[in-house]
This record gives sequence, C-alpha cells and structure tokens, in this order.
Amino acid sequence: MTIATKLAGAAIALAAIGGTAMAQDTPIRIGVMLPYSGTFALLGQNITEAMEMAMAERNNGGCNVEYIQLDSEADPSRGPENARRLIDRDLVDILVGPVHSGVALGMVQVVRETGTPLIIPNAGVRQATAELCAPNIFRTSFSNWQPAYPSGTVAYDRGARTAVTLSWDYGAGHQATEAFTESFEAAGGEVVEALFLPFPDTNFQPLLTQIAGIQPDAVFVFFAGGGAVQFVNDYDDAGLKDAIPLYGSGFLTEGVLDAQGDAAEGLLTTLHYADGLDNPVDAHFREAFEAATGRESDVYAMQGYDTGQLIAQALEVVSCDVGDLDALSEAMASATIESPRGTFNMSSSHNPVQDIYLREARDGQNVVIDIAAPALEDPAPGCAM
Amino acid sequence: MSFDVFADPAIFLVQLLNATQQGLLLFLIASGLTLIFGIMGIINLAHGSFYMIGAYAAYAVAEATGSYWLALPIGVAAGIALGYVLERLLFRFFYERDHLYQVLLTFGLILIFEEVRGMMFGEDTHRALMPEALDFSIPLLGVQSYPAYRLAISVICLIVALGLYLLISRTRLGMMIRAGAYNREMVQALGINITFVYAAVFGLGTGLAALAGLLEAPVASVEPGISGRYLIISFVVVVIGGIGSVKGAFYGALLIGFVDTFAKVIVPEAAGMSVYLLMAIVLLWRPTGLFGRPA
Repeated sequence: MTIATKLAGAAIALAAIGGTAMAQDTPIRIGVMLPYSGTFALLGQNITEAMEMAMAERNNGGCNVEYIQLDSEADPSRGPENARRLIDRDLVDILVGPVHSGVALGMVQVVRETGTPLIIPNAGVRQATAELCAPNIFRTSFSNWQPAYPSGTVAYDRGARTAVTLSWDYGAGHQATEAFTESFEAAGGEVVEALFLPFPDTNFQPLLTQIAGIQPDAVFVFFAGGGAVQFVNDYDDAGLKDAIPLYGSGFLTEGVLDAQGDAAEGLLTTLHYADGLDNPVDAHFREAFEAATGRESDVYAMQGYDTGQLIAQALEVVSCDVGDLDALSEAMASATIESPRGTFNMSSSHNPVQDIYLREARDGQNVVIDIAAPALEDPAPGCAM
Repeated sequence: MSFDVFADPAIFLVQLLNATQQGLLLFLIASGLTLIFGIMGIINLAHGSFYMIGAYAAYAVAEATGSYWLALPIGVAAGIALGYVLERLLFRFFYERDHLYQVLLTFGLILIFEEVRGMMFGEDTHRALMPEALDFSIPLLGVQSYPAYRLAISVICLIVALGLYLLISRTRLGMMIRAGAYNREMVQALGINITFVYAAVFGLGTGLAALAGLLEAPVASVEPGISGRYLIISFVVVVIGGIGSVKGAFYGALLIGFVDTFAKVIVPEAAGMSVYLLMAIVLLWRPTGLFGRPA
C-alpha cells in the first residue's frame, strides 16, 4: 500500500467519524453565499456580520447553528455552480445570498429545483419574487421596483410634468426607471426620453449634454456606488443640479455621500431605509453593529440583520426541525420582522411590504423627511403562488 | 435611433467637445501601452493599474497636503519609478517569452496592486480634491455649464501630446524608440544601449498612465476596480492606431472618443459595441492599424 492510498483511507475513515458525530449533534447548516472579494466585498461582510449578530441576539432561535461561507465573487456565471456546491456537497439546510442580481437568478433557478429555503439579503432582481417566485424563496431587502416607484409621484407632486430617465443598460436599471415611469405617468406626467449607457461606463458627459438639450422638468436616475458618486458630481458640474431637479432610487446617495460632498446636498431620493428614523430598534441596531464591528452600519447591514431575525424567528417556530420544509416556509412567510427600517411582513410573493421613505441628503446623511409610500407592496406580476 | 444631436448646432458643438475630451485622456493611457507593446513586445495587462496608482496618489496626496498640484509631480514620479523598477526586476526576463507568460505575469501584478490598494485605502469610493483655482464651470453656448477643470485636462493632454511628438521625432532617445518599434533586433545589433531604452520607455509609459489617473481623479470616482476602467478600450486604441505608433494612438484615441460619444446619443442600444465595431472595420481596411507598419 502506497502512502497516498493510506492517506486516502485515513481521510475516508475520518470523514465517516465526522459524519456520525454530525448526525448526533445535527447543527443546522446555513450556507452563506455572498461576495467576500472585489467591489462588493464590504457589502458581503456587513450583511454576514449583521446577520450573525441578529441570530446571536436571539440565541440562534434556540438551535445549534453552523455557518458555511462561500465567496460568490459577484460572478453570475458561477452562481448556479456555487449554489449547488453548498446544497449538494455541504448539505446546507438554509441558503442565504446573494448581493448581485445576476447571481440571484442563478441561485433562484437552483433552489426552485432542490426546494432549499433561500433568503435573499440584497439582490433586488424583481423576478425572484415575481415570475420566479416560489414557496421556498424569500427576500429581506427590496425588489428593484419598490424604491424607485414612489419617486415618480414625488417628482410629479413637486411640479414636474416632463421627465428624462437615465441608468445603466442592465436589469436593475431598466426595472428601476420603468417603475419611476409607471408612477410618474400614472400621476399625469410624461417621460419624454429614457436614456441608457452601457454598464459600468461612467463617461456621462454626452448624456448630460443631451439632457441639457431636452430641458425636462425632472431627471430620474438609477446609479449606485462609484458610478453614483461620479454622476452626482458631473450633474452638479454641468450646472444642471439647480436647473433640473434630480431624483433617484436611494442607492444614488447610499454610503457615498462623503465622496459626493456638496454636489449631493439637497438631493431627494426614495428608499426602504433612512437616517434619522425615530425608532428604538434602529437605535439599538446601529449601536450594536458599530460596537461589534467598529464600522458604521448601512442599509446592507440592516438587511443582513433582518435576514438573521427572519431565520431565528422561523427556527423558533419549527423548534429547530428544518426537515419539514413546508412548516419552515410557512413560518417565514407569516413572520413579522421588527426591523430597524420599521416593522414589516412578507407579501404573498415573499418580498417585504414596507414603507418607502423620502430622504433628503443633508450634511452627509440621508435624512428622512416623509414617507413617500406607506406599506408599499410589489404587485409581483407573474407570480403564481 | 435618434439624430437629434445634429438638430441644434450648439448641442452638436458641445458633444464634439465631449468627444475630444474623452479621446485626449484615452490617448495618455494608450500611448504608453502602445510604446511598451510595440517596442518590448510586452502585453501589459497591468497598465491600467498605473492609472489606478495615479488616481489614488492624487486622492491621497491632495487629502494629506490640501494641494492637488503637489500630487501631480509626486504621482507621475511614482508612476515612472515603479515602471522603471518593475522593468528591471521583472519584465526584462519576459521579453523573449511567449505572450502567455506575460499575460500571467501582468495579471498577477493586477491582483497584487489591487490587494495592496485594498489594504491601504479600503473599499470605499473617494474623489480627489479639485484644485481651487479651477473649481468653477463655464456656461457653454447656452446649453450647459462645462467644468473649467475638464477643459484644463484637455489642454494638459494636448501639451503632453506635443511633448511626446517632439521627444519622439526630435531627440536621440526618440530616434532609438522609433528604431526599436520598427526593428528591435537591428537596434541591438547596432550596439545601442537597448537596456536603457527599454527601462526608459517602460517608465515613460507607466508614467503617462499614472498622469491620466492623476488628471481624472478630481472629476472621476476613485474606487476599487478602476484599474480596469480604460484597459480594454486602450488596447482597442492600440490596435486601431497600429502597434507601437504614438501617432496612431493619438488619432485612434480621438476616433474612439468621437465614435463612443456619438454612438451614445445616436444609437444608445449599440453604444456598448460601437468602438469594437470601429475596430473591426479599421482592421478589415488596414489589418495592421491606421499607422502600423505593414506586416
């Protein structure tokens, strides 16, 4: 017998022992598939740590829980493969992820086959809780339609009758600008031009010139991260900020206000979270997250926190029995989450029914000034459930 | 498809300005790439990392000292020095190797630069301090305001382009560079100190990329992943202009600026592929690029 085969034999024996030990203790295995490298690394980290914090606060729902982390790399082409790896090889009972909408579509396809409970802590791709909805798929964040939809009414109420929309030419951009158009035109306004540029191009100058030529009453955009910093500054530099009010889905000013500086001051955006929410859950969450991680909390951490709350609550209801998938799904579907954003329930398509806040950027904060749409539910077109 | 951009001459002129601006900045990055590719035959995927180094240098130095102008010489010097050192330590061992080795080496460098960036600056988005003297906008033809700083970038790019032209056409080093781009082996055979030329060209190329990052940092996001912002498009410029031709890089970059800008407003659906279409057309017409030497 060669050394290699001896080693292999030992490994198999060890695995067998490990297997029996596991069977005796049966920790519930939670697979966490988030980006831990690349542009979205910080989002993945915040979601993970806030989720584990919420679970710990509730004693893991009274259960023995084990986390298996996997770097999604925010790479859609690896989504299905990674999800299968967690389900088939690591035998996870519950799957959490991802941040990126493209990865989400892959994960959704897989769990629709395997029946594994999936909780999406960020990705807003609308189909996940619409055409592709399923009893085992939940979302604790938002659908792309949700934060954008109320902006149309906000712009109309503030006097805009014509508008131009602009975003990157990709799924989230289309879903957000279409949602704005839907409410703006329902109110009586007209979107005169829907502009797009290739993702993730940030040379906005030709489009700013085009907007300046059209002279609409309002501009609605969907950008996030570095692109949002760039756009808000370019819009201001082009002298358009004072001439044509700019509206956006809240991600335009989320986590990037420091880099945007004065250019963002006074911008009105709509989102399911805000600074200055007067509720004790939010105060506790922000304090606890900062104490635990040394970082300021953000909307992504908040969504991770609620993901942890949802899992802990559901585990309590089913008394740690994750074998009964129907009972687990039912427990999640009927959960009421005391969220830092305000209390919410799941819609029939398993997306939060939540208040969308109107926020104004002031001194580096997205201060809540109103509720743009109370208890807004994504109508989830195409969801047969 | 919409041809509205031609309806109003004022808007058309502003779009021309947008296009020129984009093209000139692209030239800074592509000129270094084409020199390194043309003379040493190195496919430097890490070229974009020097753009990133310039951008972060602008952000960090301006943040620390309060002066953007101080960042310019420091950043360019850092870009040149780093390029020079890397050429001496790494690249010179790869000239005779297959392109695949160069791709692996430079891809590895991208990962290292990116990781170091993460350790030094984290994953947040930043923006470099705008130089105060240029922090205003000029109303243009009643269409929109144009940031004075953007116009200044174009002027600096033009000065650099002129300087490069003089360097390459009028100096001894320029003669060696031209000869090297044309026939490496022959230059060596003539007993010219090619070692120095290689290191100098490498430093020059990376210094130009760093300068582009420095110049753009006050009007563009300084964030993770910017090393890839202009990398692919720079290779397109090099291919269109002709490998090793700085003149080709100049006209190629301007051409791309025009095609990209006008595609965005005329056929937004196809804006993403317009420059690649341009590349395909140019290559069909002139397989070695606009100013490339015939194979």
